[in-house]
Amino acid sequence: MTVNPTPASATPEGGHLLELRDLHVEFRTNEGVARVINGVSYHLDAGETLAVLGESGSGKSVTAQAIMGILDTPPAFVRSGQILYRGEDLLTRSEEQRRQVRGKEIAMIFQDALSALNPVFPVGWQIGETLRQRAGMSRADARRRAVELMDLVKIPGAAKRIGDYPHQFSGGMRQRVMIAMALALDPKVLIADEPTTALDVTVQAQIMDLLADLRRELNMAMILITHDLGVVAGVADRIAVMYAGRIVEHADVRSLYKAPAHPYTKGLLESIPRLDVRGQELSTIKGLPPNLMRIPSGCPFHPRCPYVQQVCVDEVPHDLVLGDGRTSACHFAQEVRDDSVAR
Amino acid sequence: MTASPANPTKVRGETILSVDNLVKHFPITQGVLFQRQIGAVKAVDGVSFELRRGETLGVVGESGCGKSTLARLLMRLETPTSGRATLEGKDLFKASGAELRRLRRNMQMVMQDPYTSLNPRMTVGDIIGEPFEIHPDAAPKGSKAKRVQELLDLVGLNPEHINRYPHQFSGGQRQRIGIARALALKPEVIVCDEPVSALDVSIQAQVINLLKQLQGELGLSYIFIAHDLSVVRHIADRVAVMYLGRIVEIGTEDEIYERATHPYTQALLSAVPVPDPEARDQRNMIRLVGDVPSPADPPSGCHFRTRCWKAQDICAVEDPATVPRAADPHPSACHFAELRPTPA
Repeated sequence: MTVNPTPASATPEGGHLLELRDLHVEFRTNEGVARVINGVSYHLDAGETLAVLGESGSGKSVTAQAIMGILDTPPAFVRSGQILYRGEDLLTRSEEQRRQVRGKEIAMIFQDALSALNPVFPVGWQIGETLRQRAGMSRADARRRAVELMDLVKIPGAAKRIGDYPHQFSGGMRQRVMIAMALALDPKVLIADEPTTALDVTVQAQIMDLLADLRRELNMAMILITHDLGVVAGVADRIAVMYAGRIVEHADVRSLYKAPAHPYTKGLLESIPRLDVRGQELSTIKGLPPNLMRIPSGCPFHPRCPYVQQVCVDEVPHDLVLGDGRTSACHFAQEVRDDSVAR
Repeated sequence: MTASPANPTKVRGETILSVDNLVKHFPITQGVLFQRQIGAVKAVDGVSFELRRGETLGVVGESGCGKSTLARLLMRLETPTSGRATLEGKDLFKASGAELRRLRRNMQMVMQDPYTSLNPRMTVGDIIGEPFEIHPDAAPKGSKAKRVQELLDLVGLNPEHINRYPHQFSGGQRQRIGIARALALKPEVIVCDEPVSALDVSIQAQVINLLKQLQGELGLSYIFIAHDLSVVRHIADRVAVMYLGRIVEIGTEDEIYERATHPYTQALLSAVPVPDPEARDQRNMIRLVGDVPSPADPPSGCHFRTRCWKAQDICAVEDPATVPRAADPHPSACHFAELRPTPA
């Protein structure tokens, strides 16, 4: 692939580092076709953190897998759309070309470090494997670099622990090992898929700090996939909220929390119990997320929405541009935002 | 119904469950044929508290702090190494046979994972009705199906779905089934072990509201175990904070969340992400270093001293008792208990 590896020429003439255009992914199963991603578009620029927020089944992780080219096919198929990395569509590349991008340009860390690491090899060997295979390093060099990487992610006594196996590390340390592996080839984009969901709060805070520091030091761009509105508020620059395989709202973090412009985002923000606010009854979003084999007509959120009108049942809402780069896929985006401000 | 919550003789606020110095050590053994004990995982290491009628006691702590073992002990799914617990004055661990069955009827549990805690081969009617098989007097013959439908209605599910199987329900609905099963025998105490942590945010709020509503209607007492401090603040009247098998601080919701004196509680509270980007730079976070030590080999003296920024020599020698402290009159297990200075 003719990707320019020098970080200086970050993005070709005004384009984005990474851009998704109208991506559609479906899962073809025996029970039917589940439309998991239905026209997702977002972009990422060098050095920024984009949070992709959604509940289970919203398609946030599948989108990331599509970017990485690690979808399970079958059942998953990319129906249409583009994934542009530095202006080139990854979906038209051969598997070998995509392999060159994976790890070196775009790397990913997963939620469950214990199952993402191989239990029968020492962690140093696993970090070094990438370096030997992809960077052509000798075993000794790879080992040296693995220690450096473990130092970088602040694993205490890295040189001593390089021969330890994954089960000898705590959950937080294992997550650090996985981050070290992801950073081995110096990627420009790091996709973190629920990196702290399996961790305790005090450890979660450590890992989120580490990711933020590394992103700054290495000048990476980061996509943070999460369901936790608290985690997003702590690190992200922009946020894309997903529901039923669509991005329903896209905004910079501060304005979204101040005045959500989509009823789903508004409902989410109002339904989370907050540590700093004591309340009586939590407001809820009624009903359940839709079955992806039978997505409701019109706006997929309409059966659960307090703002629902006939138009929501009949017409799929387009992204309404609200200024400042904000969009909301709601027929009544303006009203929702005004209500949120008035709140 | 024998123990009606509306029964005027039951006074709201009196102690219903009392736990005294409860200990559970799991032995670590070596050898295959001749096993010798080489150590013990001190999962619960001297826990005492009281639960009052109609209140919710939140139990918070990180993984490995012993909160789930505590739940299992109270349900008599584990046998304690030592200690006492009484439910309405009756010894929970000495009871056996018919008496134990009676006690169990009064205390039920809601499990964390609504996917594995329901038998996939049983219909919802069978799952919720199973307690009646064990306690036939709880539902007169022929009234079982009606009772099950009442319970489904009570937890907000469609009573017509009595013949469906668990896989036909979503996670939140399954948790409602688990709650209905726990309510079947009209218990007074329900132990909820992480009841909402497997659920999505929008569903979580529905289940929390349901639990609160049921408490109001039926006068239930909850032991609500969770790692999410925001959720606990929302539902609990009093909160116990656990660290390595011990309660390090216990008090009313206000005492724990506004006037915590134990450094671990303070650190835990400050690490919770707050959904407000404006607070990003203003928050005065305490960063704990390192991980929780292994409960098989806890530090001497105060268990928290290895991660504590206030630790002095005395902390390694003397185990601080969970007693009221000068800084604020609620029990806190720290030699240097003090209120956190409010960020200027």
